[in-house]
Amino acid sequence: MNPTSETLMQNTAADASIGQVGHAHDDHAHHGPRKGWLRWLLTVNHKDVGTMYLVLSLVGLMVGGIMALLIRAELFEPGMQLMQPQFFNSLTTMHGLTMIFLAIMPALTGLANWMVPLQIGADDMYWPRVNNWAFWAMPVAAVILWSTFFIPGGAPAGGWTFYPPLSTTYGPESIDWMIVAIHIMGVSSFFGALNIILTILKLRTPGMKLMDMPLFTWSWLITGFLLLLAMPTLAIAATMVLSDRHWGTHFFGADGNPVMFQHIFWFFGHPEVYIMILPAFGVISEVVPAFARKPLFGRRMMIYATAAITFMSTTVWAHHMFTVGLPVWGQLFFMYSTMLISIPTGVKIFNWVATMWRGSLTFETPMLWAIAFIVLFTIGGFSGLMLADVPADYQYQDTYFVVAHIHYVLVSGALFGIFAGVYFWLPKWSGRMYNERLAQWHFWLSVISMNIAFFPMHFAGLAGMPRRIPDYAVQFTDFNMISTVGAFIFGFSQLLFIWMLIKTVRSGQPALARPWDGARGLEWVIPSPMPYHTFTTPPTDKQIHDEGPKAYE
Amino acid sequence: MVKRLLIPPALALIAPLTPAMAAEQDPFSFNMTQGVTATSYDAFNLHMLLFWVCLIIGVVVFAAMAWSLVRHRRSRGAVAAKFHESTAIEIIWTLVPALILIAIAIPATMVLVAENAQPAKPDVIVDVQGSQWKWHYKYPDQDISFFSNLATSSRDASQLGAKDQPSSAPYYLLNVDNPMVVPVGKTVQIRVTSDDVIHSWWVPQLGFKTDAIPGKINNMTFVVSKPGMYRGQCAELCGAGHAFMPIVVKAIMPAAFADWVQKEKAAAAATKADAAGPWDMKIAMAQGGKVYGSTCSACHQANGQGIKGTFPALDGMKLSVKDHIHIVVHGSKKNPAMQAYGKQLSDRDIAAVITYERNSWNNHTGDLITPKEVEAAR
Repeated sequence: MNPTSETLMQNTAADASIGQVGHAHDDHAHHGPRKGWLRWLLTVNHKDVGTMYLVLSLVGLMVGGIMALLIRAELFEPGMQLMQPQFFNSLTTMHGLTMIFLAIMPALTGLANWMVPLQIGADDMYWPRVNNWAFWAMPVAAVILWSTFFIPGGAPAGGWTFYPPLSTTYGPESIDWMIVAIHIMGVSSFFGALNIILTILKLRTPGMKLMDMPLFTWSWLITGFLLLLAMPTLAIAATMVLSDRHWGTHFFGADGNPVMFQHIFWFFGHPEVYIMILPAFGVISEVVPAFARKPLFGRRMMIYATAAITFMSTTVWAHHMFTVGLPVWGQLFFMYSTMLISIPTGVKIFNWVATMWRGSLTFETPMLWAIAFIVLFTIGGFSGLMLADVPADYQYQDTYFVVAHIHYVLVSGALFGIFAGVYFWLPKWSGRMYNERLAQWHFWLSVISMNIAFFPMHFAGLAGMPRRIPDYAVQFTDFNMISTVGAFIFGFSQLLFIWMLIKTVRSGQPALARPWDGARGLEWVIPSPMPYHTFTTPPTDKQIHDEGPKAYE
Repeated sequence: MVKRLLIPPALALIAPLTPAMAAEQDPFSFNMTQGVTATSYDAFNLHMLLFWVCLIIGVVVFAAMAWSLVRHRRSRGAVAAKFHESTAIEIIWTLVPALILIAIAIPATMVLVAENAQPAKPDVIVDVQGSQWKWHYKYPDQDISFFSNLATSSRDASQLGAKDQPSSAPYYLLNVDNPMVVPVGKTVQIRVTSDDVIHSWWVPQLGFKTDAIPGKINNMTFVVSKPGMYRGQCAELCGAGHAFMPIVVKAIMPAAFADWVQKEKAAAAATKADAAGPWDMKIAMAQGGKVYGSTCSACHQANGQGIKGTFPALDGMKLSVKDHIHIVVHGSKKNPAMQAYGKQLSDRDIAAVITYERNSWNNHTGDLITPKEVEAAR
């Protein structure tokens, strides 16, 4: 295929999207963003939408974080000091929902919006206007969800898993609004995922083969399909709960089958945790080679491992339900399938370590986050393997050991992966370098306090402390005090992150087009500061080759 | 020397964090209990096996990584190698973990199959029913049944703004009025279900959780090897009182168990006899206070104020006697948290508690409800 026909194909795709947004093609490539606040409301530019997702997720992180600190403050010592138990339950419920749907997921979607088109040499998303709608649905859902704190009966308090009958017959009115919010966020995620898949498959620059795509884009391609499966499942579960609450059905009551809800919910819920971790894996696979100055080890295996994890993640759901009274063969099946998933996950860890092996390592902030991710996520993986062992899980289930596990995989996993990505790409997005000293303070404070907050939870759980309790027996006091101290340090450390972001955008030093000498990928051929529209003409074959998997050879 | 200098100040730093060991509380621990049943031993052994396996894998992987982080840094002049794959090594680190997994799956499988085999004839059967927020134990063969509520001392100390310190309540939040009693060395089968939402019956030293699910009965069998009081909690979020419905199992020798059965039967007979006994304001208020403390105060609070927006206040209420009896006996259609206590309490208890509620705090109606009135409302 000669370059002219490639350009033509690319332009056809660009025309299609431009046709939708109603711009004339000619000035599209030249004009900058709209002036004023309407820019953000009406934007169909993937970079603007990406920025908005990231800002929303930062707001979500802060709101969810405040809830977490209220929880930790109440748990500082035994006895009820600050709130009624019902409000405490609302906080744990809303903390989970907020962090999952309004912090981690939008952050990953924001990264995808920014980086997927840049990494595959596309000029924008496949459906720019759908992109705008999918984003703007999210703040609406956030307002609906958070406003439930102010309606009579209080916010949902049955856990983010909203098990019936606690969330049907016995749930407050606000459960209905939670379901509305879940539906809105689900539709948004569904179309966001579809958009990303289509962008990758339809707008990828013609010279780039699928297997040559960057790992971050690969992990989002796979995650996208997982979202298409998971979100409708959640919608089904939520709608059946709504139906039980208002339309006289008996799916999940005592006269129906409460356990059936758990099956449906976790058929969404387990893929969901991989939706939150796979794109973070993708970020780590970009960052580690860049600072090891060496190609990703076992690139092909990394892609297969991601695909394997995705497939297996749909076969492990009932490991959340080992104590509901499953038949023995069911418990065995889910124990084996859960153990199996640690093989491809292990392969990924080994490959990252092998990528560092005999590299030429430097430790800029993105690399520090990546290293912390690998170590701490692995600890979360170990506790995951322990939880898979059914007879031991009869003890672990629903204790703080599980709380420790989920926070090791979601905070030091998903969140640290996002931090790695933000520090890695921020110079590209803003055209300015962050302050390395401030960034290192943020890193070290976060990584140390994260362990102070969550490591003692392993002990509290093993010692017998159930999760989701507002008050506890006296012998658990020490662990809880330490956790609370760690949580507060962690929470306030994130203010440094916000300060770092503001400082960078306002007064950071100008960044080079390729601020990391070892980084490879099409995003680094774009000049800094970045033009509003990029890849309006596709990258050259040479660029694609030099930034692709063979870059370091 | 260094040790001698450092340890006392270190201990002094830790000391304020360690709560003064109250006379009665479960010991501090940071690992899973070995417990007192075969199930709990198995769980502990598998837990430790997994722990060591994970620790060894972790040491190997992190050591390789640490070596790399130290030796292969650019500041030491490291030049990046070019290699980027090796089929042999990738096969090795797929197969070795697979073999390790098989090695840990085999004992887990054997234990799991053994634990789920239900014996044909257990020595003692206990039907366990969870409800918001207490447990009910019924011994069908012995014709004994009772509710098990959070001990009043814990209840009082757990109130928002309580004067009592949690550490002053014996076995804070792990103490009940009536423990479940089982004989040591005998096979006990529990059949667990729920009256409302999902709960989970968990005593760490017995080694398992069994979810209490409405409309479903889960069986579990255990043999306690040693006498003692074993304490646990509901493990599945079940509403506002989730932290306040502990489980206490008292394991005693079989002879003592037989005595206990006799005593319980005698007590049941005495209660029946009492039902025909005298009834006046003083008796009703005393008995009503007790019932209120164990059954009503979890929601409506000891001071009758309830919790705004969730549980209505009883202090200053304007309910007629008829409606009052009706809602206690049949529950509230509007708010399912208000259960139908007709199923749980005797006529005398209900009459007493309604009398108590109508004549406490700022309520001075002077109404004395009789057991007959309650019986008529059933």
